[in-house]
Amino acid sequence: MSFAVRCLRRFSRPSDLHYCFAIRPFYIFSANFVSLPQTWLAGTVNFAGVYLPVAQLVGGVIAIALTVALHILLTHSTIGSRLLAVAEDRAAAMLMGIRPDRMQMLAWGLSAGAAGIAGALMATAYPWSPSVGETFGLIAFVVVALGGFGSVLGSLYAGLIIGLIQAVSAFWLGAIYKDIVVYGLFVALLWFRPQGLMGKA
Amino acid sequence: MNKALGSRLAVVLLAAGLLLYPMVLSGAFYRDIGVTFLLAAISASAWNIVGGYAGQVSVGHSMFFGLGAYTPLMFYTLWGWPPITGIPAGIALAIGLSLIIGTPTFRLTGHYFSMATIAVAELIRIFTGTWDFVGAAIGLQGPAIARGWWDLTFRSELPYYYLFLAVLVTLLAVTTFIERRRFGFYLRAIKASERAARSLGVPVRRTKMQALVLSAAFTSVAGSLYVIKTGFIDPDGGFGILISVQMVIIAALGGAGTLFGPLVGALILIPLQSATNTWFGADGSGLTYILYGGIIVLIARFEPGGLFDLWQRARNSFRKRFHA
Repeated sequence: MSFAVRCLRRFSRPSDLHYCFAIRPFYIFSANFVSLPQTWLAGTVNFAGVYLPVAQLVGGVIAIALTVALHILLTHSTIGSRLLAVAEDRAAAMLMGIRPDRMQMLAWGLSAGAAGIAGALMATAYPWSPSVGETFGLIAFVVVALGGFGSVLGSLYAGLIIGLIQAVSAFWLGAIYKDIVVYGLFVALLWFRPQGLMGKA
Repeated sequence: MNKALGSRLAVVLLAAGLLLYPMVLSGAFYRDIGVTFLLAAISASAWNIVGGYAGQVSVGHSMFFGLGAYTPLMFYTLWGWPPITGIPAGIALAIGLSLIIGTPTFRLTGHYFSMATIAVAELIRIFTGTWDFVGAAIGLQGPAIARGWWDLTFRSELPYYYLFLAVLVTLLAVTTFIERRRFGFYLRAIKASERAARSLGVPVRRTKMQALVLSAAFTSVAGSLYVIKTGFIDPDGGFGILISVQMVIIAALGGAGTLFGPLVGALILIPLQSATNTWFGADGSGLTYILYGGIIVLIARFEPGGLFDLWQRARNSFRKRFHA
């Protein structure tokens, strides 16, 4: 992964990053849907009259813990400050003795790791195929844009909101429309509140 | 040989090659590759105006392509008009859509523009797939047998080849015209540094918007040409992300932001695609993706400026060695 990041960094222009769209793993995993065998995560729990699938419950708890941990890492640690410094001004950060390349690779590693955990958690609850990740990538961007760039807690709230909107619109309008609603919301967001819910920009 | 004469000679050779190609290789297969190449070159050159010259990378240009492809067949299905009458309507719709996307995103910096283009293209793709009025997932069909020449439904590939060639030449002429005008300098200034361009008095937002509108209009024409030739369109064939990605790859491979870059890219990628399709048949249907992925990684790693840039550097070092 860090090799790929180093390659992409040669572009140096931020808008060229989505060259990552390139590689799709059809050939390795075949285009079929796969799912995990039924495990102890398969059941449901009765939580004050509401039936919750264990897999989603565990996933949600881990996701919240991970998000809070990331938030603390970014706002209350030296590494977090260094990362934010590089994001703010690369040259100035370098003058302060921070290595921007190393920080960017660390950021990529953190983000790829977190996305990997998210994928593993979702695989316990949903069937999976090589092309599933594409829509999630775009929806993840919508979530971050709604929450505000650089705000971890904003992403957490926005993630809850987008998830609810998807579930509700799938219920009312039909499953195929749930992504349409989210993309439409994204365009409306760009028009009316581009800085997101908790953003500063 | 001096520089101006050399490049003029290259252009004349290229033009002669393109004009004579369907005469020299007259088999239907080769002519089909030629037509596909021209279409890819038109789309990529149209993308190049906003993605290459202005540096605003759109990964959702298929929405303009799809609008241009759907309107001619809508006109035919609804009123029985010849598909060619739908071209102006397709251009108008594409321009309207580009205003909707460009107005908010060009105020912002970062990945917003690229992401918004993907989101809107996906939105339209899913929506057309469920909307019965435009044929839903089945798609639309054009006239099967020509009712007259105005239907532009020919059995031979030859008329399409020269029609597409004419459009490509027009587009390249427009691009050359832009390159030499103030507008072209504005675009390159924005690409190099938006902040510097703004501080020198370049109307950044308006210029980016104009580039997007122009690019969208020509991409829509490319979509119309595609559908006039194939006579069929469905949501994935019009709005699929692979169509957008293909434009980006062709332009980046040849050299984004150069006049002949997209042409060079299409000249390499389209025959390569046909070759993989022919060699591997249906077993290799996913190979196109792998090819795209491999090319992107190689360009990103070794030649961010594209092949045209590589060639220019090679030529310059050659000159230095033998003339200095």
